[in-house]
Amino acid sequence: MRQIRWGWVAVAALPVIFIGYFFVYPLMRILALGLSELSIGASGVEARLFRVGWFTLWQAIVSTVLTFLAAAPLTWAVSSYRFKGRRLAMALTTVPFVMPTVVVGAAFLAMGWRESIGAILVAHVFFNVAVVVRTVSTLWSRIDPRIQEGARVLGASEWQVFRRITLPLLRPAMAAAASIVFLFTFTSFGVVLILGGFRYATLEVEIYRQAVTLFDLPLAAALAIVQLVGVGGALYWYSRYQERTAVSWTLERGSNLRRPKGRARIGVAFATLGTLLALAVPLSTLISRSLAGSYYPALFREDPIVGVPVFSAVNSLFFAVAATVLATIIGVLAATVIVGRTGDMSRWFDLTLMLPLGTSAVTIGFGFIVALDWPIDIRASRWLVPAAHALVAVPFVVRSTVPTLRSVPTETRDAASVLGASPFRVWREIDLPIVSRAAMVGAAFAFVISLGEFGATSFVARPASATIPTMIFRLLSRPGQSSLGMAMALSVVLAALTAAVVMTIDRARFGNVGRF
Amino acid sequence: MRHLSRISAPTLIVAMALTACQGEELTEEPDTLTLISHDSFVESAGDTFAPFTEETGIDVELLPAGDAGALVNQAVLSKDNPLADVLFGVDDTFLSRAIDEEIFRAHESAHIDALDEELRQQDDLVTPIDYGDVCFNYDKGWFEDSDLEVPDDLDDLTDPAYASVVTVEHPATSSPGLAFMLATIEHYGEDGWLDWWAEMKEGGVNIANDWNTAYYSDFTRYDGDSSIVMSYASSPPAEVIFADQPPETAPTGVIEAGCYRQVEFAGILEGTEYPESAGQLIDYMLSVEFQEQIPLTWFVFPANNDAELPSEFIEHTTIPESPARLSADEIAENRDRWIDEWIGVMEG
Repeated sequence: MRQIRWGWVAVAALPVIFIGYFFVYPLMRILALGLSELSIGASGVEARLFRVGWFTLWQAIVSTVLTFLAAAPLTWAVSSYRFKGRRLAMALTTVPFVMPTVVVGAAFLAMGWRESIGAILVAHVFFNVAVVVRTVSTLWSRIDPRIQEGARVLGASEWQVFRRITLPLLRPAMAAAASIVFLFTFTSFGVVLILGGFRYATLEVEIYRQAVTLFDLPLAAALAIVQLVGVGGALYWYSRYQERTAVSWTLERGSNLRRPKGRARIGVAFATLGTLLALAVPLSTLISRSLAGSYYPALFREDPIVGVPVFSAVNSLFFAVAATVLATIIGVLAATVIVGRTGDMSRWFDLTLMLPLGTSAVTIGFGFIVALDWPIDIRASRWLVPAAHALVAVPFVVRSTVPTLRSVPTETRDAASVLGASPFRVWREIDLPIVSRAAMVGAAFAFVISLGEFGATSFVARPASATIPTMIFRLLSRPGQSSLGMAMALSVVLAALTAAVVMTIDRARFGNVGRF
Repeated sequence: MRHLSRISAPTLIVAMALTACQGEELTEEPDTLTLISHDSFVESAGDTFAPFTEETGIDVELLPAGDAGALVNQAVLSKDNPLADVLFGVDDTFLSRAIDEEIFRAHESAHIDALDEELRQQDDLVTPIDYGDVCFNYDKGWFEDSDLEVPDDLDDLTDPAYASVVTVEHPATSSPGLAFMLATIEHYGEDGWLDWWAEMKEGGVNIANDWNTAYYSDFTRYDGDSSIVMSYASSPPAEVIFADQPPETAPTGVIEAGCYRQVEFAGILEGTEYPESAGQLIDYMLSVEFQEQIPLTWFVFPANNDAELPSEFIEHTTIPESPARLSADEIAENRDRWIDEWIGVMEG
């Protein structure tokens, strides 16, 4: 008889309940409702489905590859060197990630980008560079330099060291970043609507159109399943890949940043300034528009219609803190289960946790409406907002912690157990310190995901408290120069808030935990 | 509550439970009514419902539910266990769907006689609260510097000199875009409307995906290339009110040709426990007191003819005399086909 390990059950319980109640259950309900009315064989549907599906797939792959190319120089610089402004540079790259798509879309159009596939791809890169830089550099900066030095002593060139040693070691983190960027661009909505003109539609856009505008719930459900299958397939491949390529190796306790010397100094300067400049160009149009009048003071004054705009920051911060705490706890517990248990169960669990990132927000949002009045009605609860944000944020915490956790050699844990440590103590003394820094990366993402209002909340009823993005949207949906100016000023406030919060989280260490 | 502290806790609980039961049996007055609506209504509402609460003692809780389409969908999806007592914000383009799904309960408002007869709906299943006219706006400054006259007829616009400086929104992704497409159908009829669009395409008309892009990216007033964009009759007053230094006259004007009237309705949701109070809330929304707050709060026009317009709306805009309007049934029946035909001409 197989013995049930109650310890694992306890660790897994919270993530399982969370993902079950807030994702699997509403998803099943809404898909069942949609599919029960489906009539197969409507004319022309298959052709359209194929066209939309194919576009969704290839633009996501190209966007992911381009994002990696664009992120490479800065990732190299911040992973290898310690230099002035390094932390600031990393925080600033995160800013585009939270910018509302309507604002970035307007900025791109103002720069002269017309609706085209090129504009979509460039915008995708702009939004997602931070994902690659942050996810990959966490691991890269902690590769034991002795391995590389050893190779160099044995006569390998810099390039050989990078290709033969650094790159293979980075594979898990690169795959993690790639999977996230792929899912984000695969389910791209606002960017495609605004910058794609009306010629391009991703599955996400098509699901919204069918469900919300045309009321064709059955077709929307069918499309949602196509999307789920695509996302599920990509994730399955990814999780197999990650298991195959994971190697245990000793992570340095701190990061091994050197001061750049000689040619490296020029490289670092170019990589950092170049990336920041490229990211700053679209943002500069909002800054200049926000400065065209006295719009910043206006943010603090009572507006006859939307109230005091800057108060929305209070709501945003409240939701963001709640979502971050929730996502970090659930993500770290889940990562512990995924790494600790091998086999199919663990793989499926991992996959299910990632799915919300690749599921259309309309599907989840409408799922909430039909499902979450049981066992108690929480459909209009204040807490539904952080829960929905956490649903999108948990994968970030999991993806940034799993590679690090996998790299802890099992012998270390075994040794501790042999010496009499309880499983909890092993986790606290060995896993937690190692994992906390990676979890911080995930927590930072959770925070900005919530600040940026990602996920299902924009499609469902929710408490009447405006957040920064909804306030920006509100200002932008009325005519008038000062409406535009205030919206731009508030976007700049959101950018500054994001940078400040990310820098603070990057510095944060809890007591001894995280100080290696 | 300090004076109650001597009474034992069990007694208190029993007493409270009894009062609660009695409350339900004796009166049908709720403490709170929930009003579900689209985001833009809720986010601007401020304390516009305070007089209702003062008068009746009933709080009004506002629940934003995304855009107008998402709002109706949620009401339909939750009809067995509704999220609210009253829904506001369904317009002609979504009304059929809501009525077919039987989510509303009829209510004849006490102020129904103050409405234009043509705004009323069959059986009073929903009550009209406001309307907005979707109209072309033009940039006054641009036309002053150019040789062109401001056009006053849809036929004029097909001239490439005009067509190339016109931006309209896509009917499949934008509500003013859909409204304007309907206006051309009403104006030219089923036989002629696509020809007009074909000529516009030939002349170089610009299509934007949403109002935001059309107004803030494509309009010459905001550094775009189009001096005529599809917006609202209330946009020029908004340009005056939301300006850094309010100008004497509005910098933009309304072209009467091609206007379409969108009416927004409120209805009692079937399944509410308090239909009578819900009816009172709808009556309040149609009262002069509430109606006169509508223009400067939501930038649409009051449905109640007794409500007076604020001066900004009288000075800075034109209310079209005979805007186009199609019935909800006609729209529901043909909308998908019309959009497909439109796409066929404009994207083919």
